[in-house]
Amino acid sequence: MQKMPNWADVVLVPVLSLVLAAIISAIVILAIGHNPIDALGIMVKGALGNSANVSYTLYYATNFIFTGLAVAVAYHARMFNIGGEGQAYIGGLGAALACLYIPWPHWTLALIGGGVAAAVFGAAWAAIPAYLQAKRGSHIVITTIMFNYMAYPLLNFLLNGPIKAGGMEPATPSFAEAMHLPNLSAILGAVGISFSDRGPANFALIIALLACVFVWALIWKTKLGYETRAFGESESAAKYAGIKPTKIIMIAMLISGGLAGMMAINNVMGEAERLVLNAVEGAGFIGIAVALMGRNHPVGILIAAILFGILYQGGAELSAELRIPREMVTVIQALVILFTGALDNMVRMPIEKLFVAFGRKGAN
Amino acid sequence: MTAPAPAIELVGISKAFGPVQANKDISIRVMPGTIHGIIGENGAGKSTLMSILYGFYKADAGEVFINGQKTEIPDSQAAIAAGIGMVFQHFKLVENFTVLENVILGVEDGFLLRPSLTKARKELKQLSEEYELHVDPDAVIEEIGVGMQQRVEILKALYRQADILILDEPTGVLTPAEADQLFRILGRLREEGKTIILITHKLREIMEITDTVSVMRRGEMTATVKTAETDPAQLAELMVGRKVLLQVDKVPAKPGDVILDVQNLNVTDAQGVHRVKNVSFNIRAGEILGIAGVAGNGQSELLEVLGGYEKGTGTITVNGQPIDLTGKYSDGQSRRKRGIAHVPEDRQREGLVMNFSAWENTAFGYHSDPRYQKNVLFMDHAAIKADTAEKMERFDVRPPNPLLAAKNFSGGNQQKIVVAREIERNPDVLLIGQPTRGVDIGAIEFIHKQIVALRDQGKAILLVSVELDEIMSLSDRIAVMFDGRIMGERLPQDTNVQELGLLMAGVQGDAA
Repeated sequence: MQKMPNWADVVLVPVLSLVLAAIISAIVILAIGHNPIDALGIMVKGALGNSANVSYTLYYATNFIFTGLAVAVAYHARMFNIGGEGQAYIGGLGAALACLYIPWPHWTLALIGGGVAAAVFGAAWAAIPAYLQAKRGSHIVITTIMFNYMAYPLLNFLLNGPIKAGGMEPATPSFAEAMHLPNLSAILGAVGISFSDRGPANFALIIALLACVFVWALIWKTKLGYETRAFGESESAAKYAGIKPTKIIMIAMLISGGLAGMMAINNVMGEAERLVLNAVEGAGFIGIAVALMGRNHPVGILIAAILFGILYQGGAELSAELRIPREMVTVIQALVILFTGALDNMVRMPIEKLFVAFGRKGAN
Repeated sequence: MTAPAPAIELVGISKAFGPVQANKDISIRVMPGTIHGIIGENGAGKSTLMSILYGFYKADAGEVFINGQKTEIPDSQAAIAAGIGMVFQHFKLVENFTVLENVILGVEDGFLLRPSLTKARKELKQLSEEYELHVDPDAVIEEIGVGMQQRVEILKALYRQADILILDEPTGVLTPAEADQLFRILGRLREEGKTIILITHKLREIMEITDTVSVMRRGEMTATVKTAETDPAQLAELMVGRKVLLQVDKVPAKPGDVILDVQNLNVTDAQGVHRVKNVSFNIRAGEILGIAGVAGNGQSELLEVLGGYEKGTGTITVNGQPIDLTGKYSDGQSRRKRGIAHVPEDRQREGLVMNFSAWENTAFGYHSDPRYQKNVLFMDHAAIKADTAEKMERFDVRPPNPLLAAKNFSGGNQQKIVVAREIERNPDVLLIGQPTRGVDIGAIEFIHKQIVALRDQGKAILLVSVELDEIMSLSDRIAVMFDGRIMGERLPQDTNVQELGLLMAGVQGDAA
């Protein structure tokens, strides 16, 4: 029994959630003495106004694509991987170590080497909670959260000691020039499109798009994806069919952690070109909202990631332009996450009921 | 004096859940002091109707009269106040409370428990004697059998002064002897002037005990007749809407070589409970071995070990070759490769992924089959869909749409999807658990025919069912399980329901 048409599920519900978030945000902006319409204008202009701004938006979106995909892959095996943040931190460490200690002669090789190292480190950070879940039944939500708390101090220690560059800042030295990934300006320039080079978007965007295709093919076209989804839908049925739970939990979590780790291609290798302490900036958590809003499908995640990119970049502009505290912008972002992620059912249920009611009338 | 008012009268009851019309304009009258049966297939709307009468659901339209008085029943408290008691299929008892404590639960007289208990004890004794219920008030629920637990439920209703008793599929968990005892109690209650509504899908029970019977089909009441004036064939036809064959047509078995041999099988579950105890049997080619028993006596675990997703100790061979019971190859896919197909007892939890489409479910368990792979990387969805469409047509699955999710098919059609998947693999051994549970009569007939046809092709079939009729009519040999052991083996032509019933209750009969 179809409850509501597909388009309502994928389009109408998220859009309505966004509108609700916008209305509450407008009230918040009014309350601090600004005009919400103007604020919206500043945000849109700040995010999409010129190609430099777009570059920032896409840079954030790239981060969110990686972490969103990470959450989605685990989700299809009914694992709630809250640890994207920590896995991205450790992925950054992997990328940094590969770029600092191996003298890659060319950025393409650095991309492969650093990318693989990032994925392996991220996956390894997810492997321990995955193993504990598969073999000991320790809840993955609890363990991945705890691993987030361990990732940050670990980096704090390393960046203040063993791999610290000279100077005050807790950061590694910059990577060698030859390893710098081309930015979006250079990539688009190669095909004859002029694009500002005053922005951080870089080659990692292309890797993120490829990751979307990879996840789509993995989940819906391969046997492993089939087994993963079967396990996620019904563990008892999966056992009956001879699908091994340990194998699925481990593989899904390794891929998930690997994707989160690969975010380092963007923020560490593509943008900072060194590892700084607060490299992830909460993108691991945003990934949860992105995956939820994107219904765990790569296309949805791509769209949701861009939306959150706009929100991030536009929000930064908003706080600079109106001199409102950065925290107020965080409130707006939180409202969007709240409505699209956590309160999803609040919008979904009434719409579903409406469709069922109208559906019945139509049938009679 | 005019005729007495009906104990229950429902007029024009309708209830819809979303687009599904569960009850459509239903009217019945049940006279006091009678047993009224309501029969219908799963999903016909019997339980919905009774839930409305008991105040769980609110009807969209219609009226309820109790003893001639129009009565509103917004919740179960109101139902109890109106003198209606309900015995659910799954008992609502506190497992570690005594019978007495369960009976007074929710109707304690005051703040202190002791006066209530003392009063209840006296009343309970009286009720027990009056209706021959034979219940020890101080027994703890988890230590007494299901039959007695059910009598506690009846006592609970009587203690709440119920004059009208509704029983929902009461014999599902009982041995035949326990069922007989229940029917004697119901007869006694009728003599005392109580009114009883018996919901069931078993024709035999209707014929045995009821005075009048209503048949439901697809939310509608298709007929209400006097039991004495009808027969099972007519009732079945009313339930299904067409003529059905109640007997399974089959020729005598021609058993060949031993295909499946099980020796000294033991299974201990995750909680450390010894579920299967030293079970040995074999099945020959072209033979159906039926395992009878009350649910929960080790049959499920037996199937799980044979199907490869539970560990066990002992020896199992297929065509003389041992299969792995604990190691690397003790999983469902390895079993399938060895020619063991398995229709599990619970299709919704095990046999199907309810949110998967029919084609995804058709590959389920066989998804490593080379025919289903496009290349080393990808599965061949088109091939699976084509295969599914073919199977759906051969097994008359409706609607024949491979893209539809499993949850959107009826119970019978879901089961056909599972049976088609397993039988069409041409296995050497078919394990089949509760093949027709929650399946409509039309589909039962079809599935039984398929099982017999597979037997006639020379396959070994292990049939586990709690429905004795099914065991009796399909099996070539019958083994009875009780408390993890096989109590005995019988030939269907040399035994009867009474003898099997005793074995199912753990009473060792004389070797026949």
